[in-house]
Order: sequence, then C-alpha cells, then structure tokens
Amino acid sequence: MSFLNYLISGVSLGSVYAIIALGYTMVYGIAKMLNFAHGDVIMVGAYVVFFATSGAGVPAIPAVLLSMVVCTVLGVVIEKVAYKPLRNASSSLAVLITAIGVSYLLQNLALLICGSNTKSFTSVVGIPALHLAGGQLVITGETLTTIVACFVIVGCLSLFISKTKPGQAMLAVSEDKGAAQLMGINVNGTIALTFAIGSGLAAIAGVLLCSAYPSLMPTTGSMPGIKAFVAAVFGGIGSIPGAMIGGILLGVIEIFGRAYISSQMADAIVFAVLIVVLLVKPTGLFGKVVQEKV
Amino acid sequence: MKKLSKTARQNGITYGIVIIAFVVMQILISTGNISSSLEGLLIPFCYYVILAVSLNLVVGVLGELSLGHAGFMCVGAFASAFFTKCVQDTITNSLLRFVLALIIGALVAALFGVLIGIPVLRLRGDYLAIVTLAFGEIIKNLVNVLFIGRDSNGFHFSMKDAFSLGMEPDGEVLVNGPQGISGISHDSTFIIGVVLVLLTLFIVLRLINSRDGRAIQSIRDNRIAAESVGINVTKYKLMAFSVSAALAGVGGVLYAHNLSTLSATPKNFGYNMSIMILVYVVLGGIGNIRGSVIAPVVLNLLLDYFLRKFQMMGDNVVLNFLSDNRMLVYAIVLIVIMLFSWSPKMIAWREQVFHKKAKEEAE
Repeated sequence: MSFLNYLISGVSLGSVYAIIALGYTMVYGIAKMLNFAHGDVIMVGAYVVFFATSGAGVPAIPAVLLSMVVCTVLGVVIEKVAYKPLRNASSSLAVLITAIGVSYLLQNLALLICGSNTKSFTSVVGIPALHLAGGQLVITGETLTTIVACFVIVGCLSLFISKTKPGQAMLAVSEDKGAAQLMGINVNGTIALTFAIGSGLAAIAGVLLCSAYPSLMPTTGSMPGIKAFVAAVFGGIGSIPGAMIGGILLGVIEIFGRAYISSQMADAIVFAVLIVVLLVKPTGLFGKVVQEKV
Repeated sequence: MKKLSKTARQNGITYGIVIIAFVVMQILISTGNISSSLEGLLIPFCYYVILAVSLNLVVGVLGELSLGHAGFMCVGAFASAFFTKCVQDTITNSLLRFVLALIIGALVAALFGVLIGIPVLRLRGDYLAIVTLAFGEIIKNLVNVLFIGRDSNGFHFSMKDAFSLGMEPDGEVLVNGPQGISGISHDSTFIIGVVLVLLTLFIVLRLINSRDGRAIQSIRDNRIAAESVGINVTKYKLMAFSVSAALAGVGGVLYAHNLSTLSATPKNFGYNMSIMILVYVVLGGIGNIRGSVIAPVVLNLLLDYFLRKFQMMGDNVVLNFLSDNRMLVYAIVLIVIMLFSWSPKMIAWREQVFHKKAKEEAE
C-alpha cells in the first residue's frame, strides 16, 4: 500500500512540476531563452495568495485569481524591461545572465518585503481527503486538485494553441520569427502573450505547491523551478504533452528516490536524471531534432 | 631593447597591479597601519580573484555559462582539507603540506571538471548552465552525507552517519557529514594567496595567448566556422573547462586552509557563491581578465570594508540598507550591466555619445 501512496504523491508533485514546466517550455520554444526567473514567479504567486487569504481575509478563489493577475503582469513587465532589449544581442549569454539577475532580484525583494522567516501557508483547497481501501490509501484534496488542475490546464493549452489565432501565431513565431513577422504576426505581442500565460500558470503552480508543502520563503520557488526545467528537458523542450509527462515522471522519480534510496539525495537523483537524459536523448522524449543551418 | 608586444605589455600591467597591491598591503601590515578587519579580508580577496579569473576563462574566453563554479571550489576544498587532516601529524612543514594539498585539490577538481565536461560539453548554452548548476547542488548534497573515519584498520566510509562507520575505539572521524572537516591547520597566508593569484593569471593569460587559446576563442566567436577549419570543438572546450575547474579547486584549497572548520553550506558552496563569482566576472567585464582581478577586490572593499567604516561613523538609512541587502545590490548590478553593455540599442547609443568626439578629432 505504501507503494501506491508514494506513487500518488509522486504524481501529485509531478503535476506541479508539469504546470511549471509548461511555462518554461512555452517560453523556451518561442523566445529561445531559459527564463531563470520563472521559479521565482511561483514564489511571488504563493506570497500574493498567502497575504490575500491570511492577511486580508480574501476567500480562496478570488485570491488565486488576484495572484494570477499579479504574476501575469510581473511576467510581462520582466519580459519588457529585462529580456526584450537583449533579444537581438550578439551573445546568447547576455539574456541568460540577465535572467539569473532577475531571479536573484525577485528573491531578494521578497526577502526585503516579506522577511526571511518561513511562513506557514494554509491550504486553499477545501476538498476533504478520500480514504480508500479501509483507510490505508489516503488521497488528500490537494492531491486531487493538483492532478485535475494539471490535466485541465494541459487540455486547455493544447486546444488554445491548435484552435485559436493567437495560439497559431505562437507556433509560427517559435518556428521562424522573421517569416512570422512577414505574415503580419505581431511578434513582440506574441512573445509577451507567451510570458503572460506562463507566468499566470506559475501562480497556479505556486498555490498548489504551497498547499501541498506549506512552507513559504523567498527561495521556495527556485528549486522547483530548476526541477521543472529538468522536467521540460526530459519531455522535450517546446512540447506541451512532453512537459506534462516529463513533469509527472520526474515527480514520481523524486518521491521514489526520497522513499527508497535516500531523502538527502533526492535532489541529486533528479539532476542525475537530467544528465542521463541529455546524454542518451538530448532532444527529450517528445522533442524535435532541429538541423542547425549555417 | 626589444619592444614588447601589445598583449605582453597589457599582461604586464595586470601582473603589476597585483604586485603593487601586494607591496602596498605588506607595507601597511609591517607599519601596523591596517585594521584587523581589513587584514582578515586579504586572503578572501585572493581566492575571490582566483575564482573570478578562472570563471572568466569559461564565460569570457570559451563563451559558455557555468553555474557550478562553487561546486569545483567545494571539491578542491574538501579534497585538500581531507589530505591535510590525514597527514597533519606526518608532514610538519606547513608549506610543503600546503603545496601537496594544493596539487591534490587542483587535480581532484580538474578530474571532476573532465568527468562533468565529457557529457556536458556536447551541449550548449542554456543546457550547460543548468547542468553545471545541478552539478554544484549534487556536490553540496554529497559532501553533506559523506562520513569518513580512520582507525588502526584503515579508512572507513559511510553515507549514513558517524556511528555506522564501525570504527575501533581509537578511530577518529575525519569527515563528519554536515559538520564537515574540523581542525584543519591554518596553512593559508597572504603571501601564498598572492603567489597563487599570480600563478592563476600566468596560466590563464598564457592559455589565452597560445595557439590553443585562439582555438578556444574561435569556438566562442563562431562554432560552426571553427569546426569547418578543423578545430576539435569538444577537445578545446574540455581543455578550457577543466583548467577552469582546476583553478577553482585552487581557490577552494586556499579557502579551506583559511578556516579551522570546513563544511558545505548553501552560503559558501551553494548557488549563491556561483552567482557571486559571476557578478565579479560581469562587473569586471566578460572576457576581461584584468577586470576579474579588480572587480572582486573593489566590490568587497566597498560593500564590506568601507560600508562598515561609514556605518560606524553614523547611522545612515541608505548605508544600512546597502549592507543588509547585499545580494539585492548584486542582482541589480548584474541586470543593469548586462542591459547596458549588451543590448544593441545601448551599444548604438554608446557609440553615438562616446565616439562622436573621437570622430570629430579624427576629422
């Protein structure tokens, strides 16, 4: 029974990684940059919900919506101020280093505003836990909500990209920026939209993460952020189903590693997965091989 | 007298800066005109400079981003401290012991550099950054669960705790997991530090101005073109990466022997440290070795020494804010410098403003 319990909590953690990985994979696909600050947007989202519910007494759903709005605006502002000026820079290192700077800035601003003490996050999920198999198998409301949210988000996002005009524009921009511009697509607007969606999803991921693991501090987002990037690479960067499957697999690997191998080595196991994936199949499970043109 | 070439003169200035700084500090120390807080910063200056120069070899010369520099430093520090701890009673000459520890620290760090480099250097840019970051975290985790003891039967290893080493009563725990290694002899001195800085500079500058160095730079400037003229990309990348790792190990050795207790915490060997070194490199100028020598010293003098001095003179809101939020300052420095020096619009603007005068004079 403990195996099933571990599996379920692995899938639940993996679903959070999957939602975060969606943001990474979309931004990477379209702007060809690793948004290091994505993990810290999660932290901001969680803080907004924390202060809204515990501080101002706002009910859960409006608080989550507020947090999504804040994160969306934050994501777009970061893109406009820090990343857009460097989009055509001669070195691709420039935007990567700036992204690290933004990540650091967000963490330290949170430290300055909210303090370094760990806040205990009250779960926003009101669904009672399911007791199966005579109480041996417990599925918490948070687990259920997280898994359902992950599937709903992936479904909606896939529909959005394949069926709507802005979604098609995203595909076009990720394929070829110049050609997309010639076809009359607003490239800057599309990239901003991608950042907005990714950051909005990060807010949801932050709330779900902190509902399941209720300790909130300025560095809460950075480790899950990096692991979600590993998940995105695992699934094949740029691919939405890949991000979901990579995320869930990684969550299961992490929980199993923690349970059966060593709790201190769980992070190391996750990163070892990344190194193995990059060695064996650098494009990930669902990635496309892109020929480099001179 | 034969006229020196331009690069030789430039390199001479870099060595000169280090030597002059050393002489000035020695005069201050011998005349007693130096505060103990500044004297305590001298060895840290040396290892910060070594780390910044070696990271600049990867970031500036090879053109790849490594976020695991603190990991290599950690490897060098622990390998050498372990060695020193083992031979502390057998080799009593501290200089000889330090030199041996230095060689071991650098070699082990270089070995890790090669081990990480072989799989990773086939990747580029963002992937390399994330894998090196992961490597740094793995090393930190591993060191924290590593227990090594020694008794009359030899060495004992464990990944669980000190009790499961199963040692004889005469045994001694050398590496004690999260508590790290304690009782390391204090072998680092300022003179050794400066000699190591000069050695690091010598290795890096010689490498840059050699045939191999030009091959490395050609990979940075255009990998495909370099490959098409027959340059072995993986070989040269690995060369730059492992030299940089070995030098980071040297920095770690100097760091470890400046402390009595060495333990791996997020603060000294974590991601934060790697970022701090990156800030030095960016502030000094990516690819500019002399900048990497000056930036750590200036930034630490400003943020550590002078700030504290001014604070002692009077309570000031701005100064207190700066000293409490140093990482925030680093983050802003990083973003502003990157935007200022790399955005195409800023480059165009700078050319307009600063080169107008030069153009007018030329006409």
